[in-house]
Amino acid sequence: MDIFLSQLFTGLSIASILLVVALGLSIIYGTTGVINLAHGEFVMLGAYMSWFLQTFLGISLIPAIPLILIGMFGLGWLIERTVIRTLYSRPLDTILATWGIGILAQQLIRLSAGGELRYVELPAALNESIEIMGASVSLYRLFILGVALLLFAVTWFLFNKTRFGQKIRALTQNSYMAESFGINKGQVYSLTFAYGAALAGIAGALVSPLKSVSPEMGTGYVVDAFMVVVMGGVDSLIGTVASSFLIGQMSGVFAYLSNDTLAKALVFLIVIVVIRVRPNGLFHSSTRS
Amino acid sequence: MPFFLGIIIMKDLSRRNFLKGSASLASLAAIGGGSPIFWSNLAYAADTIKVGVLFSLTGTTAIVEESLHKATILAIEEINASGGIAGKRIEVVEEDPASDPATFAAKARKLVLNDKCVTVFGSYTSASRKAVLPVFEKRKNLYFYPTLYEGRECSKNVIYTGAVPNQQQDEFIPYLVKNFGKRWYLVGSNYIYPKEENNYCKKLLAELGCEVIAEEYVPLGHSEFASIVNKFKQEKPDVIFSTVVGDSVVALHRQYRAAGLNPDTMPMASLTTSENEVAAMGGDAAAGHFTSAPYFMVHDSPENQKFVEAYRSRWGGDKVTHFVSEPSYFGVYLFKQAVEKIGSGQITPETIREAIKGQEMVAPQGRIKIEPENLHTWLWPKIGQCQSDGQFNIIQQSNEWIKPIPYAAYEDQLCTASGLKKV
Repeated sequence: MDIFLSQLFTGLSIASILLVVALGLSIIYGTTGVINLAHGEFVMLGAYMSWFLQTFLGISLIPAIPLILIGMFGLGWLIERTVIRTLYSRPLDTILATWGIGILAQQLIRLSAGGELRYVELPAALNESIEIMGASVSLYRLFILGVALLLFAVTWFLFNKTRFGQKIRALTQNSYMAESFGINKGQVYSLTFAYGAALAGIAGALVSPLKSVSPEMGTGYVVDAFMVVVMGGVDSLIGTVASSFLIGQMSGVFAYLSNDTLAKALVFLIVIVVIRVRPNGLFHSSTRS
Repeated sequence: MPFFLGIIIMKDLSRRNFLKGSASLASLAAIGGGSPIFWSNLAYAADTIKVGVLFSLTGTTAIVEESLHKATILAIEEINASGGIAGKRIEVVEEDPASDPATFAAKARKLVLNDKCVTVFGSYTSASRKAVLPVFEKRKNLYFYPTLYEGRECSKNVIYTGAVPNQQQDEFIPYLVKNFGKRWYLVGSNYIYPKEENNYCKKLLAELGCEVIAEEYVPLGHSEFASIVNKFKQEKPDVIFSTVVGDSVVALHRQYRAAGLNPDTMPMASLTTSENEVAAMGGDAAAGHFTSAPYFMVHDSPENQKFVEAYRSRWGGDKVTHFVSEPSYFGVYLFKQAVEKIGSGQITPETIREAIKGQEMVAPQGRIKIEPENLHTWLWPKIGQCQSDGQFNIIQQSNEWIKPIPYAAYEDQLCTASGLKKV
C-alpha cells in the first residue's frame, strides 16, 4: 500500500509538470494549428523571469507568477503580431520560424544573463514534505500539482464556458464560416497564442526551483510537451490531461521497475504505438471536415 | 633541406622582426664584419616557445572551459612577466573549438601542423580529448589535459594533470563506509565517466564488504528525479554515490532537498560537484553532501592564496577557482620546468615529454609530481563537505600524495612508459 501510494504520487508529480508544460502547447496547436517549436524557450524565459525578479527585485516565486504571466502574455502577443501572423497559410514555415525564435531566445539569454546555471529559491513555506497516508510527499510537488489542476480548470472554463471560447471553437471548426459571422480571427489567434505563451512562462517559473535554469533547458520540455499533446489528441484539453497522467504514471512505474533511461525509451515506444493505432491521439473527437 | 630552412628564416625575419633584422644588417655593414651580432639577434627573434590553448569559449561547455582558459592564460602571463622560460617568451595561439569534438580535432590539427606549437593545453570533456588524441599521437605532439576523468587511457602524448578514479576514491569510500554505513546506492549519468568510476567504486566496496543495492543511470541532461528520489526513500541507503553530472546534478540535489531527505543519514557523495554546481543549486540543497577532489577553493596554503588572488585580480573579484582550473594553472608551470630542464637542447614535444617525467612542484593543492610511467599526476585528494554558504569545509586531507593508477579498476592492465601492458 505504501509503495503503491508513493508510486502514485511520484507519477502524479511527473504528470503535473508535464501538464503545465504541455497545456500551452496544446492550446496554441489546437487553435491556430501552429507547431510552436519555441515553446520550450517560452518555458525557459519564464524560468529566467522568475530568476530575474527574485535576484534583482527581491520578489519571491509565488508573487512573481502573476508578473511572469503578464510578461509572457505580452511577449507571446508581440511574437504572434510580428512573425506568426504572416505565416498561418504556410504551416511548414511556422515550424522554421518558431525554431528560429527559439534559437534567438536562447542566444539572447546567453548574451544578457550569461550561460551559467541560475538559482531560483524555493519558497520557504513549501520547502518541506508531509505525510499522506504513510507516504511522504514534497509540499512543493503538491503545490505544482495544485497549480496545474487550477490552470487546467481555468483554461477549460475559458474554452467551454465563455464567449471567447465559443469564438475559438467556432474558428477551429470552420474558420471561413466563423469569420463570415463577424468573428475577428486575427484577434482571437493573437490572444490564444499569447495565452499559450503565458502558460509556458508559468510552467517555467514553477519548475525553476526544482530543476536547473539554463539557456538550453527548454529543449527537453518541448519534446515532453509534444509527446503529451500528440498522444492526447491535438484538439482535446481532456486528452492533454489524460495523456500527461498516463505518461507520468508510466514513466514512474517503468523507472521504478528498471531505470529512467529505459523508462524514457519505453514511453516513447508506447507513444509511437498509440499514434500508429490512433493517428489523431487518444481523445480525438471525430468531426466532419 | 637547407633551401626550406632559408625560406623559413626569411619568413620569420620579414614577418616578425624585419626592423630589428635590418637594423642588425645595417650595423653589420657599418662595422664591416661581426656576424655574431647578426646571428644572436636573429636567434633571439626566433626564440619564443609556441603553445596552443584549446578551450571552448562558445557552445554548451563554454562556461567551465572559459575558466580553464583563464587559468591557463594567467599562468602563461605570469611566466612571461617574470622573464619567460630561460629567457624565451611563451607565445600563445588561441583557438575556440566551440564545444564540438569534431571542431576540437580540426583546431588541434591546425595548432600542430600550421602553427607548429610544441604543446597544446586544452579540453574539458573526455569526448573532446578522445577527438584530439589521434592528432597528437600521429604527429607526436603533446597535450595537457586538466580534467579529472575516468582513467583507462594510456597515451604517450597526453600529460594528465587531473585526478583518476583511484585518487578520488581510495580514501573517500572508506571514510563514508566508516561514518555512514555499508548499503550503497550508485546513480550516474548514462555515459562512460560514471560507469568507469562506478566500476572502481564497486571494487572498493566489495573489498570493504559493502552492499550495492542499486546501480542505475539516467539520460544525460535528465531533470526529473521523482522516481529516483522515491527509490531513495524506500531503499534507505546509507550512502548515495552520485556520478550525475552537469545540469542534472542541480536538479537531483534540489529534488532530494524538496522531498525532505536528510543528508545526515543519507548523504550524497560526488566526485564532480564543485563550487560552480553548488552556486546553481543553492547552499541549502547542497549542504551536508560530500565531494572528493584534490583541490577546493578554500584550501589553506600560501600557494593557493596567491593563485586565488592572482586569478581574481586578473579576471574579476567574483570569480571562483575550482578543481579543474587549478590543474590547468599548474600544468603550465610544469611545462615551464620541463623546458628549463631541456636547457640548451632542442625544444620539441618529445624532449618536453621526456623532461617532464618526474617533475615536481608546489601547486596550490600541495606538492605534485608527474608520474614517469603513465604521465598522470601525483595529487593530494581531500574530502569536502558542503556548507549552506556554498563553500566546502575540508574535513579530511590525505597524509601523503596519491599515485595515479589509470587502470585501477582493471588489475590485469598496467599503463607503463612503453604503453599498455597486460600483467
